[in-house]
Amino acid sequence: MKVLVAVKRVVDYNVKVRPKSDGTGVDLNNVKMAINPFCEIAIEEAVRLKEKGVVTEIVAVSIGPKVCQEQIRTALALGADRGILIETDVEVQPLAIAKLLKAVVDKEEPKMVILGKQAIDGDNNQTGQMLAALSGMSQGTFASEVVVEGDSVTVTREVDSGSQVVKLALPAVVTTDLRLNEPRYASLPNIMKAKKKPLDTMTPEELGVEVTPRVTTLKVEPPAERQAGVKVADVAELVDKLKNEAKVI
Amino acid sequence: MSILILAEHDNASIKGATLNTVAAAKAIGGDIVVLVAGEGCGAAAEAAAKIDGVSKVLVADNAAYGHQLAENVSLLVAELGKDYGYILAPATTNGKNTLPRAAALLDVAQISEIISVESADTFKRPIYAGNVIATVQSSDSIKVITVRTTAFDAVAAEGGSASVEAVGSAHDAGNSSYVREEVAKSDRPELTAASIVVSGGRGMQNGDNFAMLYSLADKLGAAVGASRAAVDAGFVPNDMQVGQTGKIVAPGLYIAVGISGAIQHLAGMKDSKVIVAINKDEDAPIFQVADYGLVADLFDAVPELNSSL
Repeated sequence: MKVLVAVKRVVDYNVKVRPKSDGTGVDLNNVKMAINPFCEIAIEEAVRLKEKGVVTEIVAVSIGPKVCQEQIRTALALGADRGILIETDVEVQPLAIAKLLKAVVDKEEPKMVILGKQAIDGDNNQTGQMLAALSGMSQGTFASEVVVEGDSVTVTREVDSGSQVVKLALPAVVTTDLRLNEPRYASLPNIMKAKKKPLDTMTPEELGVEVTPRVTTLKVEPPAERQAGVKVADVAELVDKLKNEAKVI
Repeated sequence: MSILILAEHDNASIKGATLNTVAAAKAIGGDIVVLVAGEGCGAAAEAAAKIDGVSKVLVADNAAYGHQLAENVSLLVAELGKDYGYILAPATTNGKNTLPRAAALLDVAQISEIISVESADTFKRPIYAGNVIATVQSSDSIKVITVRTTAFDAVAAEGGSASVEAVGSAHDAGNSSYVREEVAKSDRPELTAASIVVSGGRGMQNGDNFAMLYSLADKLGAAVGASRAAVDAGFVPNDMQVGQTGKIVAPGLYIAVGISGAIQHLAGMKDSKVIVAINKDEDAPIFQVADYGLVADLFDAVPELNSSL
């Protein structure tokens, strides 16, 4: 079966971003960019399913400016077979992303779409659910285990109370949580091979999708800073401070 | 403008997260209607009717909603929600699972995890693991919003007397089914509702050593959490994870034990009132947010702390 994997270009997870001083956005000058970690887990899961013989083809899709090709090439180096870039310079929000992915789903007709549960820049946690809604597909969000059997997939989900197992009819959308797998690193030969894999480019206009943002960011600012604390010498002083200064125990 | 809230409940009772969501709805202002979708959820609906500030409770009691599968509940929320100005849910795993699906069915955006209401269409929400706060304005006619519960003080669970109305619609998308659930059983308070949280990180070295934290937590009436490193290493289950992609907590006292303080962890706990860090690495970033830092070997400090309480 064919699997579609969505990959997003985001600021590397080790970077502590800061708002620009005029509050108009986040300072992304000379900041290291990477694949969203949850998307990496999504690629890894697709590759593992292919290695098991469950999946026959993996298509990696990214949406954004031309540079997003870098993240698609990384996905190809990790084991995806071909890539699709939906090129746009507009700030594409989750609903529009879901509509674009639906257009790709309509063309490609994958049995499963695997996405990260959230991107670490916008922290929205919406796209997979929205794509499932628009495509009429079932959804297994926050997945920690994915088992495909015939026409269905059994997904173990990380939920607030522990874990929940659901059985979904295919085609289905799966969004990845942290414990689903540990992504591999791309090997040099695979990075070289990835350069020769096919990568198609299309535009939202070609897909007939309206991507105008519905939500406007008026300003961004740093969060309230915590006051610097004190170091205590020992446990006795800590207990004293908690009892008599902070009065929390 | 009326506000529809998708209640967080377990059929028998209403979860605290619903009370924080009602608080956010009050900040928006308008008629507050709570939807309880479940199976055999009469008791939860009765409880919802008592919540302060709620004017009406809609109960959709049907087998299709038994395990609150997103495929089914989102159809119900979209059907009922089209007559409202706002649809809210707490940013729990349940709310996050269902609400974006309902938003897409209504062809509107969702605004995730708001931390404040600035005006009828403008809200603040954290992005980049809470390192940036964005003020965002929605242009949609129906505003679909999840609420970061720690940012809104819970309203009273008692005192209201809302009417309770049954909803007949039974939506069964027919493409998903519930298999089973593994619910962590604990006598300790719920992590997101506890007034004191004791959390362990990679420094705990293994799952057995968490016994020290459980013992300390029981003395303090605290819940026990963990960093992603401790969960990934298999020390403790995923429902204990505090952080950007785990649970967000803001207790009166947060005690971080053997946690270095990656930004992803800080995102989940830095709004705690008082933060204590115990770590033997004096350069650990956790000390930059701690009110009281103790540079010590946790295997000495935690037993000593336990015995001195």
